Amino acid sequence: MSADPAGAVADAHRREWASVLAATVRVTRDLDLAEECVQEAYAQALVAWGDGVPARPGAWLTTAARRRALDLHRRSAVAARALPLLVVDEVAPEPLGAPGGREPDDLLALLFTCCHPALTAEARVALTLRLLGGLSTPEIARGFLVTEPTMAARLTRAKKKIAAAGVPFRVPGADEMPRRLGGVLSVVHLVLTTGHTAPAGATLVRDDLLDRAHDLARLLRSRFPDDPDVAGLLALVLLTDARRGTRTGPDGELVLLADQDRSRWDAAMIAEGRSLVLEALPARPVSRYAVLAAIAAVHADAREADDTDWVEIVGLYDVLAARWPSPVVALNRAVALGFADGPDAGLAALDALADEPRLAGYGYLAAARGELLRRAGRPDAARVALEEAAMLTANDVERDLLARRLDALA
Amino acid sequence: MGQYLILLYEDEASWAAVGEHEAGEILAAHGRFGAVHGDVLRGGGWLHPTATATTVRSPGGGGSQDRDGFAAGEDALVTDGPFVETKEALGGFYLVEVPDLDTALALAREVPAPFGGVEVRPLRDM
Repeated sequence: MSADPAGAVADAHRREWASVLAATVRVTRDLDLAEECVQEAYAQALVAWGDGVPARPGAWLTTAARRRALDLHRRSAVAARALPLLVVDEVAPEPLGAPGGREPDDLLALLFTCCHPALTAEARVALTLRLLGGLSTPEIARGFLVTEPTMAARLTRAKKKIAAAGVPFRVPGADEMPRRLGGVLSVVHLVLTTGHTAPAGATLVRDDLLDRAHDLARLLRSRFPDDPDVAGLLALVLLTDARRGTRTGPDGELVLLADQDRSRWDAAMIAEGRSLVLEALPARPVSRYAVLAAIAAVHADAREADDTDWVEIVGLYDVLAARWPSPVVALNRAVALGFADGPDAGLAALDALADEPRLAGYGYLAAARGELLRRAGRPDAARVALEEAAMLTANDVERDLLARRLDALA
Repeated sequence: MGQYLILLYEDEASWAAVGEHEAGEILAAHGRFGAVHGDVLRGGGWLHPTATATTVRSPGGGGSQDRDGFAAGEDALVTDGPFVETKEALGGFYLVEVPDLDTALALAREVPAPFGGVEVRPLRDM
């Protein structure tokens, strides 16, 4: 815990935002009002914590936010309501600071509300980042290539639908859980992939998004300790995140997997990720996240890039391609094949994808072809492909890397 | 508790083409739905096809000068046909009263609608 109040507040924002908000939603039964009250609680903390940071910052903030909500309620500031209150299960609110952690699972209820199937996939991710991640609208907008007003409208519309349509603030029952959990996992996965390689902008990695993916995966693991998809997703987060510090160089330039300083990969994260993969992979039906994590684990196991067990990776992509075929899986499999069986085998596999309409405009296809052509000793053809890839990416760091590879061809 | 209208949108051509036996089975399925969920049903109905529909609009799309200022009134434009022509047309509805959207969606999953699907809409308080 940081000694200065501003640092402590920032720390609490990072750590406690979601649970404070979730506990406040139960009182306000209104997402916007809850956000407002929580923001005010953090503003109060900046002043109040000057005299000393409370022992339990989260409880302090929750009390302040709930008090503010009750205050507004008493002053009937919310009397003229346009929308109905959220449907909340009737649970007597626990006395604040009650020992034993028996509180109703508001955090999980908030997550399932944000990821409700009645909302669009875009809205689910945006709401989750806003309400559970505490990210601002501009931060979310930047992550998803839309303007701030567009993202603000998307959030407003989603919150309005939750209230008007009666999306409940509740953890789904056991009968519904199998189909609801998958929707939540895919939101967390999207936060992970977006944070890992930002689709646009000046930086490759969005630390804020990766941190949120980490938190959400941990939260799910704590609530669903026996679910192989949850274990697989947390493993994927850990094994991906373990490389975070080595994926860019001193000037923010992209460093490819093969060139990363593997001694700087986070060994603790890799160890935990690996043991989660071993736990999740044998489950049947096979978990997609467990297979993705297993691929990341094979990379993590190689002390040098040349030691990578590409045959094993091709085998894992075969599993993905059989159960969840997609052009991107086929592309990644072709790249792995280019290492396992040589660049000509990879190029042959890529040729089969040349007419795939869903890969048209996908820069990684051209980049993969360029790299395979270079290794196959055909620099002129490689140049054409890499130039195409550079045109197709909106991420500055990726474009720089492609430019460097083009220079190296000369 | 909230009220939800479950709107059945189905392909009219498919309905027109079913034999008597199959139509009877679909109707029986609706009967079973009503019997199982009678406690939350507040109403429902089966519509004649859109070929029987008549549409009434304000000329020029509103702002007419009838007595209360909002209805089409004497100037109404009356035309043959549904308000909107679609392949899958509104063919029936259930009105249900349940605690939340999840419960409404669970009901919606059970509504027989072999030639289309259903839309779930919350009713406003008036």
